[in-house]
Amino acid sequence: MVKGSVDRMVQKAPFRSEFAFRARAQNPDLQPGSPSLGSLPGADDITRVQLPNGIVVLARPNHNSPSVIVQGSVSTGGLFDPDEQLGLADFTAAALMRGTHARSFQEIYDALESSGASLGISGGTHTSGFSGKALAEDLDLLLQLLAESLRQPSFPEEQVQRLRAQILTRLAIRAQDTGEMASLMFDEIVYAGHPYARPEDGFPETIENISTEDLVAFHRMHFGPRGMAIAVVGAVDPNQAIEKVAQVLGDWENPGQPEPPVLPPVAPPEDPLTRRVEIPGKYQSDLVLGTAGPERRAPDYLAAALGNSVLGQFGMMGRIGDAVREKAGLAYYAYSSLAGGLGPGPWSVTAGVDPANVERAAELIRAEIARFVAEPVDEDELADVQTNFIGRLPLSLESNSGVAAAILNLERYDLGLNYYREYPDAIRAITREQVLESARRYLDPQRLAVAIAGPPAPGGESG
Amino acid sequence: MQTSFNKFRLSNGLQVLLKEIHTAPLISNWVWYRVGSRDERTGITGISHWSEHMQFKGTPEFPANILDKAIAREGGYWNAFTFLDWTTYFETMPADKIDLAMRLEADRMNNSLFDAEELESERTVIISERQGHENEPLFLLGEEVQAAAFRVHPYHHEIIGDLADLQSMSREDLYNHYRAYYVPGNAVVAIAGDFETESMLARIRELFEPIPSGGEAPRLVRPEPVQSGERRVLVEGPGETTYVQAAYHAPAAADPDFFPYLVTDSLLTGPSNLNMFGGGISNKTSRLYRALVEGELAVSVSGGLTATIDPFLHTIVLTIHPRATAEQAVAALDDEIKRLQDAPPPEAEVKRAVKQARALFAYGSESISNQAFWMGYSEMFGTYDWFLTYLDRLESVTPDEVQRIARAYLRPGNRVLGTYLPSASNSEQVA
Repeated sequence: MVKGSVDRMVQKAPFRSEFAFRARAQNPDLQPGSPSLGSLPGADDITRVQLPNGIVVLARPNHNSPSVIVQGSVSTGGLFDPDEQLGLADFTAAALMRGTHARSFQEIYDALESSGASLGISGGTHTSGFSGKALAEDLDLLLQLLAESLRQPSFPEEQVQRLRAQILTRLAIRAQDTGEMASLMFDEIVYAGHPYARPEDGFPETIENISTEDLVAFHRMHFGPRGMAIAVVGAVDPNQAIEKVAQVLGDWENPGQPEPPVLPPVAPPEDPLTRRVEIPGKYQSDLVLGTAGPERRAPDYLAAALGNSVLGQFGMMGRIGDAVREKAGLAYYAYSSLAGGLGPGPWSVTAGVDPANVERAAELIRAEIARFVAEPVDEDELADVQTNFIGRLPLSLESNSGVAAAILNLERYDLGLNYYREYPDAIRAITREQVLESARRYLDPQRLAVAIAGPPAPGGESG
Repeated sequence: MQTSFNKFRLSNGLQVLLKEIHTAPLISNWVWYRVGSRDERTGITGISHWSEHMQFKGTPEFPANILDKAIAREGGYWNAFTFLDWTTYFETMPADKIDLAMRLEADRMNNSLFDAEELESERTVIISERQGHENEPLFLLGEEVQAAAFRVHPYHHEIIGDLADLQSMSREDLYNHYRAYYVPGNAVVAIAGDFETESMLARIRELFEPIPSGGEAPRLVRPEPVQSGERRVLVEGPGETTYVQAAYHAPAAADPDFFPYLVTDSLLTGPSNLNMFGGGISNKTSRLYRALVEGELAVSVSGGLTATIDPFLHTIVLTIHPRATAEQAVAALDDEIKRLQDAPPPEAEVKRAVKQARALFAYGSESISNQAFWMGYSEMFGTYDWFLTYLDRLESVTPDEVQRIARAYLRPGNRVLGTYLPSASNSEQVA
């Protein structure tokens, strides 16, 4: 489920296409490449306070660099979208910073960019997230702009129309992206009749259906303090950080804010399990194959995550990378991923392959999944991924944003403040049998959904 | 940011840069080679990148399937990048495990197998990587623009290489390339993190000094003649979205003009970001965003300079608004450039660009991997001094210099103007 906000299209990076990266799979629990202070976060160095209006504030200091990160989420998202206005929550979140009752769009970004700060708000399925960073001296500004945007957006008509054109362009680009379209189709097969079948950025026709009044109404009804979590990590004293958050968000109220919707169970997908999206003129096809996986809070989540690493992550993309890339030379990337999340996100395998090799790659992947549910992983394989999960933890907590994401996960999934301290023992306790059991609970090699997006199949067949 | 570091040269020519940072129990180990697509003649384009892939395919001591697992097992993060001018490999690991990464790098500097069977399997992997790129309109456009900008200089071709060469290169080509460029005299080791310099240097000597120095790495010297007159490129392909890429011949990183040009670019397209890890900041108050996005001619604007050994390109990329045309957007782009050519920018605007660069530096310095990256990276086209004086040199840029840069470089006669036109909309126009 690759989702990009409009703002991501204008980010600058030091290098663009000049780099030729090796494909690296993402870790399921933590983003790679992030660092730390010698100790894992725990109850004694994370400050957690719940404000009277329900907002949970988390803070952890790091004085090694003069910057600060503010990250968190508000409890509303695409789950609340009406079918005919898919993308409403996403559109609303993206519009919050287009103008507030205190500042115009240019004033907001002038304040941010003049300080070398950044702030973004974007929609998700269950929640809408925000993320900002600044030099510590500019923390007040960052929090002020966040609070203004969340509480008093003005949705200027001109800005809304401009944003709509940007979203429509993004959707037009999505329609040409084999990876995104395969993922979209995959969700439609696996989650038929379930809200997860719906893309949170919507479709062109549903975006056209959304008026400025709809944004105003959605914001008034759904944005509020209940269920909101915010983490402040960096060169700031935790108590001061909490006080600053309370100053700008402590008196926010929205009594009408609805409860999060209860998700229906995921029904087994109906036939046909394989579907294609044709995108003429492309050179490579993307293939997504899999099923619905465990929630992050499921008791067998960690067992499934370890298994997933053996299957398609560890080293050069696990067993699947070995079969599809290293041995057969069929793909630059072929890896598995386990989404977890607040609901039963997908457990899937993704590969980018020559259109002529799609069937061969799918067969190799199916064979690996069949083996994965037929017999326990080797003892060595389990030991490898266990040490990997434990060993990479300090690295994932290197940066302030890594720490912020990690402590927000504690809140989001009720893991407890000492989760990372207890994590090594929890990982080591998992057995090969538990891994096999979790694999069998979710993955049925006969009932895997397969979505393929790419140029029309060679030989002219389609369907 | 802490700036003290140590620089050494071993007897076999290997350069070593060490920087102690004791904020976290991590070490980031990088090995840089002075080889990239600039060293590739016609027939072997893409060979540097392919060689990089082969460096993961094993040595007698670390067979192919052992390498990735050995690092991952210890909780390490690693990757490799091939660029125009250089190729680099890195591992960031818990400090007490870094020896494994160092042994691995010393070993594959000299002992990679380039096994024929592995090489054939990697051929199709890389072709698949290229096909993935070809799915992206901006790759297709960028490749044509770059080729039009460099008729003579080997910056002409993409790093991934041309399909014809990827299909025809032999093991002998690849192995000779490896032998010629992967030698201590052509390499830089850059390590940052939680270690003591003395013992770290001793270990580096132990591992790397026995490797024979090798010969002088061959160089392809083909300077690009001055461009006379604007070049235009049209690429047609699937989709609904039109893109424009304007690429101006720009100074090399070591050229004194590079720094005022960075400020000029920052004013036009947004803050420059030198961080390898950690994103940048938004550019919504940049001149081109305001003119083109706020003016509803484009939905996004991006751009940047690249620090290179030889003069490369300053690129500006526009995603055209669905209700505008490429011509309208380019006219507005040219108006903005003219505004900068006509009058120097306000002092405050220049100062602001410097503050932005300073903040981005602070974000980047959180990461030990970034700190090690910066040392080796700046060594590839200058020295680490280039990096250490980066902010000071930006600070000394004056508004008049920005105007001078705009006049000297941002001329139509100095650019390639590329347009990606969706074939669907094109055929509609025809019909």
